[in-house]
Amino acid sequence: MSETPSNGRPKIAFFDFASCEGCQLTVVDSLQTHLDLLNAVEIVQFREAMTEKGEDYQIAFIEGSCTREADEARLLEIREQADVVVALGACAHLGGVNALKNLHPLEDTRRWVYGDKADWYGTYEARPIGAVIEVDLAIPGCPIDREEFVRVVKAVLIGKTPPIPDYPVCVECKLKENVCLFDIGKFCLGPVVRAGCDAICPTYGDGCEGCRGFIPHPNQNAMKDVLAKAGLTVEEVMSRMTMFNTYQLQEQLVEEEGR
Amino acid sequence: MKIEVHHVTRVEGHGDIVVDTENGEIKECRFEVVEAPRFFEAFVRGRPYYELSHITSRICGICAVGHATASLQATEKALGVELSEQTVLLRKLMFHGEMIDSHVLHTYYLVAPDFLGVGSVIPLASSHPAVVERALRIKKLSGDVCAMVGGRHTHPVAMAVGGFTHLPSEVELRAMRARFVDARVDMDESIALFGTLPWPEFERETEYVSLKKDDEYALIDGTIVSSDGFSYPIEDYRKVTNETCVPFSTAKWTHHNRDSYMVGALARFNNNYDQLHPRAQEAAAKLGMKPLVTNTFLNSAAQAIEMVHCIEDSIEIMDELLTRGIKPETPPEVDVRAGEGVGACDVPRGILFHHYVYDENGICTDANCIIPTGQNMANLNADMKALVPQVLDRSQDEIRLLLEMLVRAYDPCISCSAHFLNVEFV
Repeated sequence: MSETPSNGRPKIAFFDFASCEGCQLTVVDSLQTHLDLLNAVEIVQFREAMTEKGEDYQIAFIEGSCTREADEARLLEIREQADVVVALGACAHLGGVNALKNLHPLEDTRRWVYGDKADWYGTYEARPIGAVIEVDLAIPGCPIDREEFVRVVKAVLIGKTPPIPDYPVCVECKLKENVCLFDIGKFCLGPVVRAGCDAICPTYGDGCEGCRGFIPHPNQNAMKDVLAKAGLTVEEVMSRMTMFNTYQLQEQLVEEEGR
Repeated sequence: MKIEVHHVTRVEGHGDIVVDTENGEIKECRFEVVEAPRFFEAFVRGRPYYELSHITSRICGICAVGHATASLQATEKALGVELSEQTVLLRKLMFHGEMIDSHVLHTYYLVAPDFLGVGSVIPLASSHPAVVERALRIKKLSGDVCAMVGGRHTHPVAMAVGGFTHLPSEVELRAMRARFVDARVDMDESIALFGTLPWPEFERETEYVSLKKDDEYALIDGTIVSSDGFSYPIEDYRKVTNETCVPFSTAKWTHHNRDSYMVGALARFNNNYDQLHPRAQEAAAKLGMKPLVTNTFLNSAAQAIEMVHCIEDSIEIMDELLTRGIKPETPPEVDVRAGEGVGACDVPRGILFHHYVYDENGICTDANCIIPTGQNMANLNADMKALVPQVLDRSQDEIRLLLEMLVRAYDPCISCSAHFLNVEFV
């Protein structure tokens, strides 16, 4: 970035842990329609897309879950340096699909994949980055929504709290005038999952799988009843609830047991 | 001399280069995969069949459609689900969209900066605006065609077992077709650009492995073929891949007839050149390429040629869809039963296998997935060991850059490679 002087633009950096890097790709894709973002910030580190590497960033975007102890130090370093830490996408925000492995005994998972070489490769239960460091805000989704990313960056740049919805997907789905999937024999977590995705999955004919996490105070039991009434078995209900939210549900269980 | 590149940039995922030479002798020379493993094949056990493609597309943000396609294919074979001709056409169209998307990302965003003497595509926005605008335009087109069919490219929504939960309208298809026709100009200019790049000279013949089909340039399904004359049904994929663990890599290595083999655009180009669209063959002629091409660096050039092929084939697919008319199909009812199936696709980085076993309730009990980048690891290391002695007289910085470019030439998808590995399969 030596060609373009900083001119007081905030320096931002991108980091990734256990993830598919799809959220960072979505960031790259946001440039198709928002190339002017590059005039508002200075990207000093983005390994997937650039070689230059600066450590003097103020805003850190982190994609991916923490899945091994060895990665905690790197997270702590980022927290130490950045004024604002943003969890980018479901893996960083919730643990996401990575946390599905937490449903199995860890040793079993390791042996299953690496056999008698399991000890060569360190791993522990997958967790959102918020379980390791303090996170200032999260951009939910698997992957993140391109337009929401741009909105959040703009809000952070002017020091505002970004407008992440806390109402359910159903609100956006209704605004799109979609036929409710329950009415056509399908299943959806829309009533208890955070909106902001423009209800993309129901719009494309597939029920919400919960990638943006639950809304505050979700009525999970009512949701389970609705799914069961629509024909899902108990196992299938749990399967749908856990796809992206295993870590949250397990934490919730621990909390309830502690009470 | 010691070269250590910690976390090679402009690749997908985390890998390190380690080279150590003494008096012209190589002591160490290798590419390490340090990506955190994610254990997909362990945790898809216990999940219902209809979730598998949605979970496994999350292995990779770049080749999400490829994973979903191979995954659905494995599930459909296991459960005996037949596809309509319309579904086959729409899957091909999405697959082409992803191929173009991935190839433009790699050739323009990740590789081109090496030749233009910059560290990323960002400074090119001011120094070479026409190039960057073209790249953004192609990227947008490929993303838009995936969105039209499946909702989005990264983690497609509408791809389901047996069909699609959403269909594009004919109006959308016609508009998209027109944009693909317009993209021919961008393809011509891309080929012209890649023809001017000073590709490093480096020849090392290896075994090239890809899918093959009788009637088309094989990308989805087919048989496994190798340039050493072998051919296998995809169910026998293990005879090709022979995976082993290596201590410095969370991605496993593979070998077949030799110590290593190569998969990806160059392997497909070498094995299936005759089936490329005539316009893609013309593009190859402009780049001076005809099989057998043994310069690994030209894998990126082969990707540019494949972009031309995918643009042309997409136009033909859309023509066929428009002639037939879009039928309001929904995915068929699945007759759930116990079964086992293998899916194989030649995704942007090479041949990809998904293999599942389901119990009588359609719950996954075993899974295996073998990723292109894992299959290229041994070959990349062999290339590095061949290249380093040829360039030892150059400066350390030059050698480092050349090795990074070699790694990038493979377009490694490291997060994929360390995500879905299996040692034992019952």
